[in-house]
Amino acid sequence: MISIVGFVAFILVAPVIGGLIAGIDRKITAHMQGRVGPPVLQPFYDVGKLFEKEKTVANDTQRFYVISYFIFMIFTGALFFAGGDILLVIFALTLAQIFLVLGAYSANSPYSHIGAERELIQIMAYEPMVIIAAVGMYVVTKSFNVSTIASYPQPLVLFLPAIFLGFIYILTIKLRKSPFDISTSHHAHQEIVKGVTTEFSGPSLGLIEVTHWYETVFLLGFVYLFFAFSPLLGFIAVAIVYLLELLIDNASARVKWQLVMKSSWVIAALAGVVNLAVLYYLGVG
Amino acid sequence: MKIQICKQFNTINNEKILIFKKGGQRVQLLLFLILGPLITAFFMLLVRREAERNWIVKLSALGIGAVTVILLVSMFDKGTLYYSFPAEQTSLLMFFIEIVIAVFILYLGVKYKNYLVVGLVLLLSAMMVYFEGVYAHTIDVRYSLFIDQFSIIMALIIGIIGSLICVYALAYMKDFHEHHKELQDRRNIFFFIMFVFLSAMFGLVFSNNLLWVYFFWEITTLCSFLLIGYTKTEEATKNAFTALWMNLLGGVAFAVAILYLATQTDGIMSLDALLASGKAIVLVPVVLIGFAGLTKAAQLPFSSWLVGAMVAPTPVSALLHSSTMVKAGVYILVRLAPIFQATLSGYVLAFIGALTFLIASGIAISQSNAKRVLAYSTIANLGLIVACAGIGTYEAIWAAILLIIFHAISKSLLFLAVGTVEHKIESRDIEDMNGLIMRMPKIAAMMVIGIAGMFLAPFGMLISKWAAIQAFIDAPYGFVFVIILAFGSALTLFFWAKWMGRLLVVTPKQENLETRIDSNIWIALISLAGLTAITCFIFPAISSTLIEPFLLQNYGNVAQLSQDNIIIMIMMLFMIVLLPLSILLPRHKHRHLTPYMGGMTTNADMSFYGAIGLKREMKLSNYYINSWFGEVKLQTLGIYLCTGLIGIMVLTAAYAGAII
Repeated sequence: MISIVGFVAFILVAPVIGGLIAGIDRKITAHMQGRVGPPVLQPFYDVGKLFEKEKTVANDTQRFYVISYFIFMIFTGALFFAGGDILLVIFALTLAQIFLVLGAYSANSPYSHIGAERELIQIMAYEPMVIIAAVGMYVVTKSFNVSTIASYPQPLVLFLPAIFLGFIYILTIKLRKSPFDISTSHHAHQEIVKGVTTEFSGPSLGLIEVTHWYETVFLLGFVYLFFAFSPLLGFIAVAIVYLLELLIDNASARVKWQLVMKSSWVIAALAGVVNLAVLYYLGVG
Repeated sequence: MKIQICKQFNTINNEKILIFKKGGQRVQLLLFLILGPLITAFFMLLVRREAERNWIVKLSALGIGAVTVILLVSMFDKGTLYYSFPAEQTSLLMFFIEIVIAVFILYLGVKYKNYLVVGLVLLLSAMMVYFEGVYAHTIDVRYSLFIDQFSIIMALIIGIIGSLICVYALAYMKDFHEHHKELQDRRNIFFFIMFVFLSAMFGLVFSNNLLWVYFFWEITTLCSFLLIGYTKTEEATKNAFTALWMNLLGGVAFAVAILYLATQTDGIMSLDALLASGKAIVLVPVVLIGFAGLTKAAQLPFSSWLVGAMVAPTPVSALLHSSTMVKAGVYILVRLAPIFQATLSGYVLAFIGALTFLIASGIAISQSNAKRVLAYSTIANLGLIVACAGIGTYEAIWAAILLIIFHAISKSLLFLAVGTVEHKIESRDIEDMNGLIMRMPKIAAMMVIGIAGMFLAPFGMLISKWAAIQAFIDAPYGFVFVIILAFGSALTLFFWAKWMGRLLVVTPKQENLETRIDSNIWIALISLAGLTAITCFIFPAISSTLIEPFLLQNYGNVAQLSQDNIIIMIMMLFMIVLLPLSILLPRHKHRHLTPYMGGMTTNADMSFYGAIGLKREMKLSNYYINSWFGEVKLQTLGIYLCTGLIGIMVLTAAYAGAII
C-alpha cells in the first residue's frame, strides 16, 4: 500500500540526486567530447542563478502552467516511490507533461509553439510503450502496485526482455537525449531556440530544470523495477542504462520527428505483442 | 391501465428469490418518462408563439429531469423490477405505427429517388408483416417493461443531458435561423422530433419485450434521419439518407433476429429470457442485434453517417452523440454482453470496436473542423465501449458503463460549447479558435473542462480507460486489446491536447465576444460543465450504488477501484481545482516581454517586417499530419478491415448456431 515515507523521501531527496545525476551527466558528456567539463555541482549553481534572475514572462498564465507541471511531476514520482498504482503514476506523468505543453502554447511564440507540437508528438511516441511496460509488469506480478511489483522475487527483466528493451528505447525521448531530443535539447548545436522552453526564463526555467531532475529520478526508478529482485543488480543496471543513454546521446544527432514517432511505435508494438504473447502462451498471464 | 404485479429478483447469496409485490406507483414513473416527452412533442406542434414554446420546453425539461432523479432515488436499491403490461394491444398499436412510418419513408425514398432506402424499407416491412401475421399471436411476453440500475443510469443520461440540450436548443435555433435566413423556420417540427426522440430513448431502455425494443429502435432511426435532414439543403438530405440506409440495414438485421427467435427458439422474445437462455441457442440472433448495434453506434464501416450528421444544427449533433442514438447502439450491446462473453463472435465484435477506436482516433488528428474532431472522437469512444461489450466480463462492463456516463457528459458539453462559439466567431475551425480564452473566456474555460474530461487524469474518460485496461488484461487474449488501447489513447491525447493548446494561447488584448449570449445557453453549459467536474468526485458513489449492484446481479462479481486510488484521484482533482487559483495570487513585479521572434522586431500584436519590408502578421497553426492520418486513407482501410470482421463475426455465430 501507499508508503508515506517513500512519498516524502522522494520529494526531499529526488532533486538532490537528480541534480547530481545531471552534474555527472555533464562531466561524462564533456569527457566523451574531449573536454574537462564543469564541476559536478554545476547544475545546482545554474538553477540557483536562474532563481536570482529577473522575473519576466510572456503572459500571466505561464506561472500557473509551470507550477502545475512542477507539482504534478513531483506527484508522479512521489506516488511511484510510495508504491502506488503504476497506471495512475503514468496518468499523472501525462498530466504533468500536458501542463508544460500548454505553457508553451500559451506564449503565442513561434519557437515555443513548435516545441509544444513536438513535445506532444514525443508524448504520443513514448506513451504506448510505457503503458505496455506497466501492463507487462502486471501480467507477471498480478499487480499494478509498484510496491508489489518491486517485491516480486524473480527478475522481471527475464520475463519482459523485449518490453525492457522497448522501454530503454523510449527512455531516450523522456530523458531528452539525442537522437530523440526533438522538442528541446541539452545540446545547443541542434536546437531550435530551446523549443518547448523558449519562452520560460529566470525562476520559471529554474523550476522546469528542477522538474526535470525529479523526472529523471522517477524514470530511473522505473528502470530499476525491472531488476528490483536484487537491489545491487538494480543499481548497476540503472547506472549502465544511463551510461548507455549518454553514449547514444553523444554519438548521434537529432533525427526528424517522423522517425522518432514511427520507430517508437513500431518498437512498442513489436516488443509489446511479442513479449505479451509469449507470456500468455507460457501461461504466465 | 391495469398494472398487475411485478416481479423482483434479488440476488442474495447468489440465489434468485422471487418477490411478488405491487409495483403500482413505480411503473407510473416509467410511463411518465416514455409518454411525457411525447405529450410535450405534440404541444410543440401546436404552439405558435416563441415565448410559449420556451416555457413549455423548459418546464418539460425540468419535469423529465426531476422524474429521472426521483426514479433514481426510489429505485436504485430495488434490483430489477419487471412490469406486466397489456402487451397485445400495445404491440398492435406499435405495428400500426411502424406501417405508417414505413409508408412515410417509402414516400420520401421515392421522392428523393433513393432506391436503396426503398428496398430496405420494403424488405423490413415484408418481414414485419409476415411476423405479425404468422407468429405474433404465438408470442406471449409477460413482462414488457422493466427497470434495473443500468436502465436508471441510461434514464438519467437521457433525462438530464437530453433535457439540457433541448433547453440549449431554444436559444440556439433562434440564432440559427437568424444566421440562416435562407432556410425555412420549422422549429415546431424540430422540437417535436427532439422530444419524440427522448421518448423513444426512454422506451428503449425500459423495454424488456424485444418487439418493443425494436419499435423504439426504429423510431430513433427515423428521428435522427429527420433531424439530420432538418435544413433540407442538398448536403443535409444526402447525409440524412446515408444515416437512414445504414440504420435501416441494422434494422433489417434486428428484424431477422426477431424472426429467428420466433421460429428457432421457444418463443424467446424478451431480454431477460434471451439472457437466461443458453449462449449457443441465441448467439445468432444476438449477433444480428449486435450488428444493428454496430450500425447505430456508427462503428466502422458505418462511421460515415455520424460524421455526415454534422450538417445538422449543433443541438442535434449533441443529442445524437451524447444521450441518444449512438448510446442506444452501445446500450443494447452492453445489455447482451453476457452472451458475447467468451465466444469467438464476441471477440470479433470486440476487435471491431478496438479497431474503430484506433482508426477513428487517428482520423481525428487530421481534422481541423471542431465538430468533425468531436464526431471522430465519439466514434472512437463508442468503439472502446463496443470492445468492452464484446469482451463481456464484469470488469469490461464496469468500464463500458463508466465510459457511457462520462462520455455523454463531456461530449454534450463540448458540442454545445462549439455551437455557441460557432455562432459568435462564424467558424467551427479549431484554428479560428486560436486564443479563444482571451475572446470568450468563460466558454473557452468550459471547453477546456470538457476536453480535460475526455482524456486527462483524474477526469472521467481517463478513469474509464483505466478500467478498460484492467478489464482487457484480465480477459483471455486481452493483451491484444490493451496494446490497441495504449496506441489509441496516445492518438486521442495528441488531438485533444493540441486543441486545448490552441484555445489557451494568450493573444494580445481582444474584444470580448461573450456578450449577448442567451441565458438558456448558459444554463445548459454551466450545468454540463458542473456535471463533468462533479461526476469525477462522486463517481465512486455512482459505481457503488448503481453499477456494482448491476454487475453483482448479472455477473455475480464486482469491479471497483481500490480505496487508495480513489483517495489519490480526489487529491489530484483538488489540486487541479486549486492550482488555477495561482493565477490570482498577487503578482510580484513580473516584467512582460514579447515572445522571441528570432531577433525580428515585433510589436504587441505580433506582426513583423518580413522580406522586402512587408509587414506580416505572425500566424501559428497546429500539426494535422495528413500524410499519416488522412481521413480517406484511414477510413478506407477501416471499412475493408471491419467489413471483413463483421463477416467473420456473423459466420462464427452461424457456425456455432449450426452445431446446435
